[in-house]
Amino acid sequence: MTESEMIEYDEIVRNCCCSYCGNNCDDITYLLKDKKIVGVRHACRLGASKIINDTDQRLLNPMIRNEEGILEETTWDIALDKVTQLLSASMRPLFYGWGETSVEAIKKGIVLAQQTGAVMDNQSTICHGASIQAFQNVGHPVMTLGEVKNRSDVIIYIGTNPMDDHPRHLTRYTTFPEGFFRQNGREDRLLITLDPKYTNTAKISDKWIQFNMNEDYSLFNAIRTILNGGKLKSDKIAGVDKEELYDLVDIMKNAECGSLFFGLGLTQTLAKQRNVDVLIQLIEDLNKYTKWSMLPMRGFFNVNGFNIAMTTETGYPYGVDFARGYPRYMVGETTTIDLLNRREPDFFMAVAADPVIQFPGYSIKHLTQIPVIQVDTHWGPYTEIADIVLPSTRVGVETEGTGYRMDGIPLFMKKVIDKPENCHSDEWILHQLNERIKKINGDT
Amino acid sequence: MEYIIKGGIVFDPLNHIDGEQKDILIKDGFITDKVSPKAKILDVTGKLVMPGGVDLHSHIAGPKLATGRLYRPEDTRRGIKTFPKGSVQGFETGFSIPSCPTTGYRYSKMGYTTVTEAAVPPLEAKHAHEEIDSIPNLDIPTLTLFGNNWFMLKYVKENNLEDLTLFISKWLKLAKGYGIKIVNPCGSEAWGWGKNVNGLDDPEPHWHVTGREVITALTKVNEKLGLPHSVHVHTNDLGHPGNYETTLETFDCVKHIKKNKNVNRNQVIHCTHVQFHAYKGTSWRDVSSGATELIDYINKSKHMTCDIGQITFDETTTMTADAPMEYDLFRLTGLKWANKDIEVETASGLIPSIYSMKAPVSAFQWAVGLEFFLGIKDLWKIGLTTDSPNGGPFIRYPRLLTWLMSNQKLNDMLDNQVHNWATNRTDITSYDREYSWNDVAIVTRANTAKILGLTDRGHLGIGAKADVSIYDIDVNDFDTTLMSNAEIIEKKLLNALYTIKDGEIVVKDGQITNLVKSKHLWCNVVGLEEEEEQLIRKIKPTFNKYYTIKYENYGVTNHYIKPDTRFDINCNKQG
Repeated sequence: MTESEMIEYDEIVRNCCCSYCGNNCDDITYLLKDKKIVGVRHACRLGASKIINDTDQRLLNPMIRNEEGILEETTWDIALDKVTQLLSASMRPLFYGWGETSVEAIKKGIVLAQQTGAVMDNQSTICHGASIQAFQNVGHPVMTLGEVKNRSDVIIYIGTNPMDDHPRHLTRYTTFPEGFFRQNGREDRLLITLDPKYTNTAKISDKWIQFNMNEDYSLFNAIRTILNGGKLKSDKIAGVDKEELYDLVDIMKNAECGSLFFGLGLTQTLAKQRNVDVLIQLIEDLNKYTKWSMLPMRGFFNVNGFNIAMTTETGYPYGVDFARGYPRYMVGETTTIDLLNRREPDFFMAVAADPVIQFPGYSIKHLTQIPVIQVDTHWGPYTEIADIVLPSTRVGVETEGTGYRMDGIPLFMKKVIDKPENCHSDEWILHQLNERIKKINGDT
Repeated sequence: MEYIIKGGIVFDPLNHIDGEQKDILIKDGFITDKVSPKAKILDVTGKLVMPGGVDLHSHIAGPKLATGRLYRPEDTRRGIKTFPKGSVQGFETGFSIPSCPTTGYRYSKMGYTTVTEAAVPPLEAKHAHEEIDSIPNLDIPTLTLFGNNWFMLKYVKENNLEDLTLFISKWLKLAKGYGIKIVNPCGSEAWGWGKNVNGLDDPEPHWHVTGREVITALTKVNEKLGLPHSVHVHTNDLGHPGNYETTLETFDCVKHIKKNKNVNRNQVIHCTHVQFHAYKGTSWRDVSSGATELIDYINKSKHMTCDIGQITFDETTTMTADAPMEYDLFRLTGLKWANKDIEVETASGLIPSIYSMKAPVSAFQWAVGLEFFLGIKDLWKIGLTTDSPNGGPFIRYPRLLTWLMSNQKLNDMLDNQVHNWATNRTDITSYDREYSWNDVAIVTRANTAKILGLTDRGHLGIGAKADVSIYDIDVNDFDTTLMSNAEIIEKKLLNALYTIKDGEIVVKDGQITNLVKSKHLWCNVVGLEEEEEQLIRKIKPTFNKYYTIKYENYGVTNHYIKPDTRFDINCNKQG
């Protein structure tokens, strides 16, 4: 019996890259009808909805907020000129976002930041920046996801819930698939989740260790103590029975190849980067006995690409301040939230990001006081406070470009359909701004 | 654009020009013997003129560098310099792991025009090429890592050289690579299980293939394809006391393999950073130099070349695909350790390293490197490297040259500055050789180009690429053997009077005057395309099962290599 097709389509494009999460799944099939995407195969529900759900709330024309406070459609020339004028008049511009655009666009953004002495920052500043700080403190023992698929017999997720926010992480990359040395896939692996909550990932794990919120550091420290032959004085650490921890250390020591993934549960709780510090030390210690590696669960499909492009151009990963003509990087000083909370910026541009969803209220308050520019594809809370809106295109769907997966593997993301007529790619928009700024700088 | 470089003292060893006063004529990017009257005259009477520098082994672009910069902001901070007013150059950052633009500026100011990126995993080759795009003013060939690749291991196990040849030829196209790099063959794969291999004949745990089998098979393939460069080998056991025997065996294991008759180089194997592979003893307590034995072998052999990997006494960053070695270093020093295992292909590791004159081991390693420079009689067998940034950053090349050019300077170092392990544990004091400018031109230009198989550069003959470096040194009035001149040499060689690339002045008076896009150099084997496609059809299911990206998204597309220089290699099957 052949199943009838659920969707009518007239064209198939295979091996497309999903532009949603840090998994960057590159096996996505787009189904097209009349040059429009009508179906998506292989993608998870998050990715599929982002790829298909195009027209809803889509920004289609440049807009400027008028004196009555209403966003009014305008031409590209007027909008770009206005942005250039505001930018060149500003003393402390800040460019934020970049997680959902291509490296090619990010590089144009870096040039603009250099030309205007701006601060250039991305979502790391509120997500895995703390992990990067920990890498800088302690070390960086990581792997690509294929190493996990092919070798790992013990997989641990800490403070992250991939079943909900990176849905194909377990099914395509780590736990379920058949690997070279793990021919039976899931059956050959032990899956452990450490989380204060009974998440969907915990539900499918072989073992769930629940620990108290904000006690990550003492938990990992205790695990490390056991591993290094020390004795625990209390019976419960972070709410976990010490026997359970002894068992866990036993499992870790006897793994053939272990992999550990951690998420924002670590970086956003009490000890922040210190949680990651001690976790890296644990991995280092484990390598005395057997093979262990770790990886942060990066959120957006190119949040890692920003860190990489930034180090290529300046040496620093995020929160880079060009105000003095050379790059400066000091977490707490040149990072977005701190700058906003000190009320320093007098110009703010978000590219492919929605700060109003992501930032604390006190920081957002300052955004309402200064010129703010939105370069993005869809209407969101940030649009409500934006003074100028520049509608852009979606990388991997309407625009080609490079994205870096959470493990640093670069992928070339294809252009499959045409962009809406009056939208332009982030790369084009930033190039236009660069040219206009160059002209102003040249004139003076 | 046409130029006459007038009155310089020219060192062009490949054309047997050893310090002659000679005009060099340039037209349309090449050296020529005739220019029109419109040609611009650069009067450099009496100054030092050499072909543009060619570095055959350096780490400048790709994931290792990105990791290094990401986790060592302290290194980035060390090299901060604001951009010179009115210059085309931007700011500089970094010391051992500079930002990409900085790498271009610094090499260019030193008179270098071609720099090889020595280790690129094909899976992340796009990353390396994307970084090259941000490095100005150089020609950059990349060497592709094959020494721990699973497909390769399988073919070697099955002794299937035919498919291995097709695989390599196809994979160079996919990675847009220039040559075959082998790093700790089988050892980095064993690191997937937290293990290493011990020597050339210790089999890897799964395929039971040895380093010897990998090196000989890939050498045969390299010669069958007739690639311009030979296999480029980082031998097993790097940095372990007692490793010199493994190194000797590695030198020896390919001597019977016949060189392809169409290639221009002399060697069938290039062993890189031999300094790190030349230790006798059983531990760091009783270590001594094995350089004498290796030098002796090299002096007697004709089938191999090497570069040194000199230590320069700096706080630097080590980075290599020899990941188990980096973990050993971490256990030894406790400095922050980075590691990245790359599926199906390789592993890699990084760790900061502090080489101090007062530290016994650093001083010892430093002297071992110099032993090679001074002991190998025929300089057409060596290239100057620091394995940048592993032994020290490339901006130390000029300083390294001062140790080679002046006995007075070297003896002062040995007597007054470095730890006595330099003299006690090595034979460094038995040499009194001093490098001439001609020798310098051999180890930094002529021979490095020759070893790489790049015939269009490394010399100033008619038809060569117009890559020229000119330094503000009055050759005939300047005594390089004086210790007091060492600082001047270093300064002048760091800041070229002119660097000319493809006939355009890119550096003048030590300042960048022009920024051009770096070219990506890669080898395209012609004549096997159909068989390659058959092989791909065969291995694609396996590929898609064990990689986590699709084959269709694997290769480096033309998007990443603008502009490129493609070397079409006509694969003569009888070769």
